[in-house]
Amino acid sequence: MKGMTIIVKTISSWVKVLIFLFGIYIILFGHLTPGGGFAGGVILASSYVLLMLAFGREFAEENLSLPLASKLDCAGALLFAAVALCGLLYGAAGFFWNFIHQKYLMGTDYEFNLVSAGTIPLSNIAIGLKVGASLFLVILTLSMCCKDFKPGSTENEKE
Amino acid sequence: MAVFYILLLFMIIAAIIAVETDNLLSSVICVGAIGFGGSLIFLFLRAPDIAITQIVVEVLGLIILIRATISRDRTFITGDREFFGMVVSIVIIFVIFLAGMKVFETLPTFGTPIFATVGDSASQAYISEGMQKTGATNLVTSVILDFRAYDTLGEATVLFTSIIGATVILRRKAKKLPEEPDQ
Amino acid sequence: MLYALCFLLFTIGLYCAVTKKNMVKIVIGIMVMEYAVNLFLIMLGYRMGGVAPIIGRSDLESGLGGFVNKSVDPLPQALVLTAIVISLGSLALMISICVRTYEKYGTFDITQIRRLKG
Repeated sequence: MKGMTIIVKTISSWVKVLIFLFGIYIILFGHLTPGGGFAGGVILASSYVLLMLAFGREFAEENLSLPLASKLDCAGALLFAAVALCGLLYGAAGFFWNFIHQKYLMGTDYEFNLVSAGTIPLSNIAIGLKVGASLFLVILTLSMCCKDFKPGSTENEKE
Repeated sequence: MAVFYILLLFMIIAAIIAVETDNLLSSVICVGAIGFGGSLIFLFLRAPDIAITQIVVEVLGLIILIRATISRDRTFITGDREFFGMVVSIVIIFVIFLAGMKVFETLPTFGTPIFATVGDSASQAYISEGMQKTGATNLVTSVILDFRAYDTLGEATVLFTSIIGATVILRRKAKKLPEEPDQ
Repeated sequence: MLYALCFLLFTIGLYCAVTKKNMVKIVIGIMVMEYAVNLFLIMLGYRMGGVAPIIGRSDLESGLGGFVNKSVDPLPQALVLTAIVISLGSLALMISICVRTYEKYGTFDITQIRRLKG
């Protein structure tokens, strides 16, 4: 895969920033508007997949290499578990206790603020990181596998 | 109400074409049609979260499916499995369908959610108290990340495991231990 | 009636997964079943003329007691939201098995994958 024509490359180099920003917006405002970590994470992954389809696999791998993607994946899972554990350690009220909201934000005028809902935005960020990194990882692995076939099998590399 | 029937019939027709066509690429494209029709239905069923997620997941799933099927010849496989087993399975599927129709008669009619017929259910508590308890105005997010966050933790584990499985299956050659004696 | 159409979609997916010989067709049948189940769960929580379970400013001013009587059920939506992403992960797993099998045997036909090779 050497990438596509110059038209696709130019358009996708402009559009990728918008897709990435939209994914970040969906993640950060997940507790106020439709969206959340799952949808935002898949949008983040799809921006990198667009890079991979337009510029070729090597270019995408320079931007986000495979070990870095797997580290981000693990970091998202650990961050989500750490947020859950903080609820256990902080107030001893239980796993996944929303301690920030219950302790600090409860009486204040919290409605419709970006900084509200306690641990939910943190969990959204963790879930978005995890879903995006893992989906990018699996598509990268899939394209690496399909790259070279054994001479006995049937693959015509015309593109 | 009519829009649900139209979209569901569209999905069913796309599913029949996806099942019955011989060309694998057009079958994959029909799966995309099912997914986008489902996303529209989710939007009309007042579930915008699901609609957004379904659209983006559908795009990535189509990329995965097309990557697996494109530039492969010998994908035209005609004929079914042996005759007797196929007849038996079709009869069993038909019986399951008839039994399912009897079950659906006991459900409340379309348009009345189950939590409205049951007094003091969990969903009523989520709707009426979710804003004060979590501070999130999007109630779906407050359910998946606060009230039922164990579910999300299990989901993260399942996703992690499936990605590890795919990576292991697709790895080109097995990693050798350093001191392993070579045969 | 809508439930019956939804179940018909599930049955088509089951038929495809049971009787087809092509591996990718089996994966497609499993995907169709997933769509049908997700759709059925969301339909159970729909309220005729309801609003999405997202609280706006006007709902907050008029009190949340009225919002219970006009919102759709958020619980199936939360369950389906996780199930959709899991389905993408399992799709990747199944497709990677298909790709690996094609590399090894040169075909997607499951009746020809009988001999041991390699």
